[in-house]
Amino acid sequence: MISFSEIDTTTKRASKAIGFSWGIAEEVGKNIRNMELFGLPGVKNLNEYFKIYPNKQFQKISLISEKNISDKIPYCPIILGVNFLDQIKVLENKKEINFKNIAYPMLFLPFASRGSELIGKKIFLNIDEKKFLLSFNQAIYSNASDKLIIEKTENLRLSFIENNNSFSEDEWKEIYKLSEKTFVEEKDSLKEYSAGAGLTDND
Amino acid sequence: MKIELRDPNTIMKLSRLGSFHQSKLSFLRSFLNEFKDWEYKRDLFELDENGFGKAIYSFNKNNKIYSLLCFSNYIKDEDRSDRVIATKWDAAFVLHDGMPEKKDIERLYQNVPKQEIGRVSYKELSLSRANKSVRIFNHVVESLSVGKQPDKKKLSEVGYLYRTTAVYGSGKFGLADRFRLKNREEINGPFRLEMMLVYLVRQFTFDQVNHIAKLKNPNKAIELDKEICRNLGIGNSTGLGMAPFIINHPTLLNNWILARETALKKIREIQKVKSNDKDLFLNCLKRSLNNITTWNSDSEFQKNKINQLLSDLNKFINFIENEFDFNQEYVFNKIYLWIESNLKDECIEYIVSIMMEPYEQITNPLVKKMSSDEEKYFNIPADRTIFDLRGILEKNYKNIIKIDFNDKENNKFFWFVSKNKEEPRLADRYLEEGHELEQPLAIARDIKKLHERISNEKNSCTIANFLIENNDLRHIVRRAFIIEKFPYSEIQDNIIGSKLIPIDMLRLKLSFFGALKFDPRSDKWLRITMFQGAPLPYELKKFNDHWIYNSIN
Repeated sequence: MISFSEIDTTTKRASKAIGFSWGIAEEVGKNIRNMELFGLPGVKNLNEYFKIYPNKQFQKISLISEKNISDKIPYCPIILGVNFLDQIKVLENKKEINFKNIAYPMLFLPFASRGSELIGKKIFLNIDEKKFLLSFNQAIYSNASDKLIIEKTENLRLSFIENNNSFSEDEWKEIYKLSEKTFVEEKDSLKEYSAGAGLTDND
Repeated sequence: MKIELRDPNTIMKLSRLGSFHQSKLSFLRSFLNEFKDWEYKRDLFELDENGFGKAIYSFNKNNKIYSLLCFSNYIKDEDRSDRVIATKWDAAFVLHDGMPEKKDIERLYQNVPKQEIGRVSYKELSLSRANKSVRIFNHVVESLSVGKQPDKKKLSEVGYLYRTTAVYGSGKFGLADRFRLKNREEINGPFRLEMMLVYLVRQFTFDQVNHIAKLKNPNKAIELDKEICRNLGIGNSTGLGMAPFIINHPTLLNNWILARETALKKIREIQKVKSNDKDLFLNCLKRSLNNITTWNSDSEFQKNKINQLLSDLNKFINFIENEFDFNQEYVFNKIYLWIESNLKDECIEYIVSIMMEPYEQITNPLVKKMSSDEEKYFNIPADRTIFDLRGILEKNYKNIIKIDFNDKENNKFFWFVSKNKEEPRLADRYLEEGHELEQPLAIARDIKKLHERISNEKNSCTIANFLIENNDLRHIVRRAFIIEKFPYSEIQDNIIGSKLIPIDMLRLKLSFFGALKFDPRSDKWLRITMFQGAPLPYELKKFNDHWIYNSIN
């Protein structure tokens, strides 16, 4: 088995060889390693992208806005990802971000995952009909279990999820009540000495 | 009294880093301390009359086992090479997580002797190979087989029976990735597994010579004297492969140096030095002189360094014995100030190391801080501004940004990875081809370029906006934000200039390993010894922590 460290080093070198700067190549190395750690096909997507990269043109986005459209030439997922990561502190204030026409959009995914960790918010991402929940670069949940080598997406939609609970107040009360069964009921004698301060904490 | 940490602009110069010596913080010493209460065992020893075959050694505690598999085989004399490009070795080794099953042993037997072209798995932790010092090995076997101990003088000239030519870890060739192991406290020090491998290999070399001698002459053969064993280590040949590591792991480098600097600062801040601490310091200092006099090298560069070190040490001892009063406050601070003004780098750092000997209460907590999770500092804080970046560069790289890289002498070398062996190499960019494939290790040049590039940018411009047009400098922007938090993360020198002495970079790393007897074979590779003087495995439960100052003589 190829180690994750070897995946990082080799994909970094491959990215430099194909024409990216060392700094961007470092980002790609970390990302592909992360994808493989999460069980996503990082090496496969990168390989496929790099096969077409030298002979095709890709749009290199600079400033990212709410709606990003590149009708004729697909966006490069790596440049898009790098700029997304760099600009995320500004972008997190937007409700939703849309990209139209991205080549190999799975390669954008690990950038967004790292972005989720940077801003401390989960990110919900749609690649066409495939859904991904990116949780602070700790986990990626998806409804898509196969066909994850995606040459191009017409629509990639991304939204930042505010740090709200996924359960209701009643549901929390219910589980909290159960947890209380591990507590000891304090009688007066226990109240007096078990905390060390007596019955009052005033001087 | 509060002492400041030493200035990174001075300490991180290569000439200073290349003068570092082993200390109580060194990894081989901290490894022995960590594993001293583990059970050592020789689990398998199946060698033929020539010493070829396999052996397994292990450390275990609380059902946790680390085992070393040794594979020894015949090679022709002409195939024996210390170069990393060699393809055959006298013995190959792998450290396995747990006790290997039969199928693991077979799998590893098929792969470990092949080294770089074999594959190991996530169950393996470190991989290495070694060659005999044939002259010494044969002499020892011959002597033992006729019932005599070998000539100590001959042994002291070399100091080991085998030398390793590479010790790999952390994901190389399929080895376990670091993240799989990072929560194991016992191996939470840098290179601890590599140290374990080398230490157990050392025991294998003793067992092997005893075994061959015994089978050669069963009636007369004797075992190698334990005292002689203790005074033999494992040699190591190290080339440029080590140099990029310290560039590519900036926060780790910082933590190593910071531990050393913090120890020195705390020792200088001791108001009243106890009499037995003073005695221990002086004892280690004097005993260490023996080690220096057995330090052989054909290198003129190293001979000069050794002579200068000896001369400075004698000057220092003379000062301590005749002019210095230990009955005063802040003794070690006064000693430090004297050595800084009167001695050269090599001896200053030598004495700094020995100052730590009495103070394990200072060094032990620091040992735990010498690892690093580089990943945590990988992201660039792109919401920061050019104003911030300029401030970082001008504060932390103030000498670097004065270098003129239009001067060919300052831009002479380029670092590359060889296609043949995937190993780092250094070449003259004006004489050799390949500089377009330069590795991103010319930190000083790229920092200078970054400083120039931002000179016309507005202070309020964010790093995110700057990078849109300047991603060619992304790798160096990342480093700048690392040094802001980790002041000892960067070598404050130009490692592509004509004055570069690459072995200074190797010395730095090897000193933290705990290596002794640096013996440069050129300006790009050197030999060292490890664990010379160290206790033997069965002695680990009770040993003198200052064993490193024992000498073979």
